[in-house]
Amino acid sequence: MQAVFFYLFATSMIASAGVVIFARNPVHSVLFLILAFCNGAGLFLLAGAEFLAMILIVVYVGAVAVLFLFVVMMLDVDFAQLKQGFIKYLPIGVAVGVVVLAELGMVAIGWSSAPSAPDAVANPIIPQMSNTAALGQILYTKYVIFFQASALVLLTAMIGAIVLTLHHKPSVKRQKIAEQNARTRENVIEIKKVPFRTGV
Amino acid sequence: MSEGWVSAISDFFIAYPLLLALVKSVLLAVALLIYVAYVILADRKIWAAVQLRRGPNVVGPWGLLQSFADFIKFALKEPVIPDVANKGVFLFAPFIMATLSIAAWAVIPVADGWAVGDINVGILYIFALSSLGVYGVIMGGWASNSKYPFLSALRSAAQMVSYEVSIGFVIITVLLCAGSLNLTDIVAAQDTSYGMAGWYWLRLFPMFVIFFVSALAETNRPPFDLVEAESELVAGFMIEYSATPYVLFMLAEYVAIVTMCALLTILFFGGWLPPISIAPFTYVPGVIWFTLKVSFFFFFFAMVKAFVPRYRYDQLMRLGWKVFLPISLAMVVIVAAVLQFWPAGPAGS
Repeated sequence: MQAVFFYLFATSMIASAGVVIFARNPVHSVLFLILAFCNGAGLFLLAGAEFLAMILIVVYVGAVAVLFLFVVMMLDVDFAQLKQGFIKYLPIGVAVGVVVLAELGMVAIGWSSAPSAPDAVANPIIPQMSNTAALGQILYTKYVIFFQASALVLLTAMIGAIVLTLHHKPSVKRQKIAEQNARTRENVIEIKKVPFRTGV
Repeated sequence: MSEGWVSAISDFFIAYPLLLALVKSVLLAVALLIYVAYVILADRKIWAAVQLRRGPNVVGPWGLLQSFADFIKFALKEPVIPDVANKGVFLFAPFIMATLSIAAWAVIPVADGWAVGDINVGILYIFALSSLGVYGVIMGGWASNSKYPFLSALRSAAQMVSYEVSIGFVIITVLLCAGSLNLTDIVAAQDTSYGMAGWYWLRLFPMFVIFFVSALAETNRPPFDLVEAESELVAGFMIEYSATPYVLFMLAEYVAIVTMCALLTILFFGGWLPPISIAPFTYVPGVIWFTLKVSFFFFFFAMVKAFVPRYRYDQLMRLGWKVFLPISLAMVVIVAAVLQFWPAGPAGS
């Protein structure tokens, strides 16, 4: 049963990753990227890592891919123009591809796991704990410095993105909420008694 | 005689657990869809009553069959697909919306032990599904290949993503108090001797209010229904949809609303627990309490729709990012601190 689902998720993940590259329409590419993420979450579930599976969907599919989709939809891309330089750039692309493939191959050949790893997988430290609690336990005790450091890196990146994109144009009129809330009936409404047939 | 019959059935289902899950899912889905049909009617009736109208009252006694008549009408009409639409995505979007919104019910415990899948990351699962719901909107708006749906989809996506952040923090405060991501455990953690006063709505009152308002925004309900602001966007991202695809969008919308009511019930209102844990109340089955509480919250959703004017878009974004996000973030820190330094205090159980 598990094997059936593993092959189902794995094949559809690879297939959708292929479509991401080959799809003509960039929006379709992003949609298939999302499908690949969802299949990845399925694989995590099969491996018993349900917390990671859900976080993958919440963070990557629910937030990151939405931004991708936004950007791709808003871009005014001319597909014919994109395809023009294909032959010219082909050698560079192939070279990069070969280098990456070689690196992957070297990693795969030299792959070794720590001698204690199989034992650790078979006997987790705290057997009765759900994997959310176990992850929290290890992240906030043993690896708390790394955890905080990575949070700081993310915070820096976030502040950087905001600083880069924030422009205060003086010409743009903005709503000042405090000013609006401070308005009272006495300050803004003037009631005049207008005599009949004379006007103000 | 009947004993043997029951045990034969239970033996059969123990032998085929997948079949049992299937039967449970089908029963839950049917119950949910019938409930949603009446929720739609209740929505229209409450809205009408506030405006001194009668509401739907022709089909069946007091209009009770109106939703079914509407459904048959939509199902029998011809779906119109625009010529320039991206057809695959156009037809896929409503299916995604409807499937995701119904799938969330797989983990919701409607009574003690009555959940189809009692998984230990239940609340994250629902959160993940509701964050996926935004794709139905974006895909529908984009594939229609028309300006109004597209603008509306962009608005709606930004809105849903913004309010998800504060919903996430509200959920975290509840998780800190309950100490579990399992929905059944969250309800069980509220089972104190104080009855109603022991549920989290009192202890986490600001979070309860924020969750309610964010739920309105997340499901695109008034006063945050900028997605379908008629004066600006005609009818939202589903303008180009008709017949069955449209009805799937509408179904998804209402199922999402009921899901949010169910989440309010589970996180803050003690799920299936009776309001006072003494004799006459404890005789009532949990599923009845659950349904009553969900209906109670839906009544508030409907009332808000009837009497709150629509927000402007910049006000909506300000509320989400500059009001709710800081408050809920601060509450996460406060609740965590209280739990750490005063474990026997009001936040602990």
